Amino acid sequence: MKFSTLLYNFVQGFKNIWRNKMFSLASIATMTACIFLFGLFYSLGTNFEKVVKDVEESVSVTVFFNEGISDVEVQRIGEAISQRREIAKYEYVSADQAWESFKDVYFDGDENAAASFAGDNPLANSANYQIYLSDVEGQDDLVTFLQSLDGVREVRYSQVAAKTLTDFNRLMKYIFVSIVAILIAVAVFLISNTITVGISVRKEEIAIMKLIGAKDSFVRSPFVVEGVAIGLIGSVIPLLILWVLYNRIITYVADKFKFLSGMMDFVPASTVFKTLVPVALLLGVGIGYIGSRFTLRKHLQV
Amino acid sequence: MIRLENISKSYQKGVPALNDVNIHINPGEFVFIVGDSGSGKSTLIKLLLAELEPSKGKIVINGKDLKGIKHRAIPKFRRNIGCVFQDFRLLPDRNVYENVAFAMRVIEAPKKEIKRKVPIMLSMVGLAAKYRSLPRQLSGGEQQRVAIARALVNEPKILLADEPTGNLDNKNAWEIMKLLDEINERGTTVVVVTHNMEIVNAMNKRVITIKKGVVVSDEDRGEDDEI
Ligand SMILES: Nc1ncnc2c1ncn2[C@@H]1O[C@H](COP(=O)(O)OP(=O)(O)O)[C@@H](O)[C@H]1O
Ligand SMILES: [Mg+2]
Repeated sequence: MKFSTLLYNFVQGFKNIWRNKMFSLASIATMTACIFLFGLFYSLGTNFEKVVKDVEESVSVTVFFNEGISDVEVQRIGEAISQRREIAKYEYVSADQAWESFKDVYFDGDENAAASFAGDNPLANSANYQIYLSDVEGQDDLVTFLQSLDGVREVRYSQVAAKTLTDFNRLMKYIFVSIVAILIAVAVFLISNTITVGISVRKEEIAIMKLIGAKDSFVRSPFVVEGVAIGLIGSVIPLLILWVLYNRIITYVADKFKFLSGMMDFVPASTVFKTLVPVALLLGVGIGYIGSRFTLRKHLQV
Repeated sequence: MIRLENISKSYQKGVPALNDVNIHINPGEFVFIVGDSGSGKSTLIKLLLAELEPSKGKIVINGKDLKGIKHRAIPKFRRNIGCVFQDFRLLPDRNVYENVAFAMRVIEAPKKEIKRKVPIMLSMVGLAAKYRSLPRQLSGGEQQRVAIARALVNEPKILLADEPTGNLDNKNAWEIMKLLDEINERGTTVVVVTHNMEIVNAMNKRVITIKKGVVVSDEDRGEDDEI
């Protein structure tokens, strides 16, 4: 298609939107609502994910060694651990360090009580590796692997914490995917409705175009432009609203609930929108394009 | 130029709208097709535009056999045929100039060409002064002139007119017919379906009469052939 034709059809597409005001407006509004909800869930989800991640990172697996193990062997185990992909970080805790932290917890600073053990670390065999996971779903695999290593006496971990987190993560993903699927279906349906109205209003015109010798692509393109434009407008508006809203809420919460700071950090707006903007635009344009093509095929046979 | 051989056309299952029609039209001819309402004239025009496929028979137009013509090839085929209808079929929301220019935009003609040719066509049909009017601001005769300008702006070899004067009073009908005759004089093959026997009888052209889907007479009343 020539550029001038493209331009002509582009303008026609926008004229269609204008001639078809009420329906276009309704489509844009629905599109806006759909993309807004999508963005809302995405921002909530991202923050939720961060919270879960923080919790995940505090879940740890502890590896104890056989009695009388050599330093070389301990190092070898450490190397084996470092090869695993599900690991966020791991650290070596010596028997003395273990005793120090135990004392802190149990004697609560009561130096006299603790002193009775002086020179005789009761946790002499408690040197260990403390392993933090990047993804709790991998915990089972990791534990099996660790138990198979030579020189490992015991692997301590919490089955419940990992399983709860894993289940929770999955649930969130399912909910998110279902909501997005429903929103997309609704948006496609509405765009399709608008295009159908547009086609029926311009049946005459389309018949004339065909008699004059218009190619299918020529007949089709104004409608596609219309659908894509509605999709685009309907995704830019909610993005702007979300941007303003998100920043307001972050500021508000940070201000009113100062005591929460540190416990609950929001994901910065720039991080959220770096992904949200392209995804939402693509979604809007994609829905507009697919919605109009789908309808044209059904009603125009072109 | 236009050749129909043993053409039959039935809609669903019923009496055929056309039955074993044979017509041969040479380049540069002016032909009237007459017949009662429902005799199959519009069906014939639709067959020539590849809007319909014949149930039987062969159609060859501009050397192109329409048998099995691909959907994709139809637009290009139609660009060689101009068509005009009783109800004008103008785009109501676009002015006279745009209606004619539209036919050129559809075939992706260069902008310069559009700017050059549309005014020429409008003055040929006598509407140069009204190029900014909307169709509803024009009389029936004027609207049909716009339709004719649109049909001819891409210089088709054939012009098909299905009852072009059906909605017009006698004076306007005559003017449209005269315009079609002029167009024919300039070399375009013209096929006109009409009810207006007064004009047909006065114009001394070839007349094909269809009755219930069958060609019942095909007489050339051309002045040249008269003794
Ligand atoms: N789309 C259609 N479906 C079924 N029958 C049709 C259709 N179009 C025309 N016909 C029938 O075909 C016959 C010829 O119609 P038409 O070609 O329109 O006649 P004319 O133009 O000479 O008045 C009529 O009997 C009409 O009822
Ligand atoms: Mg008819």
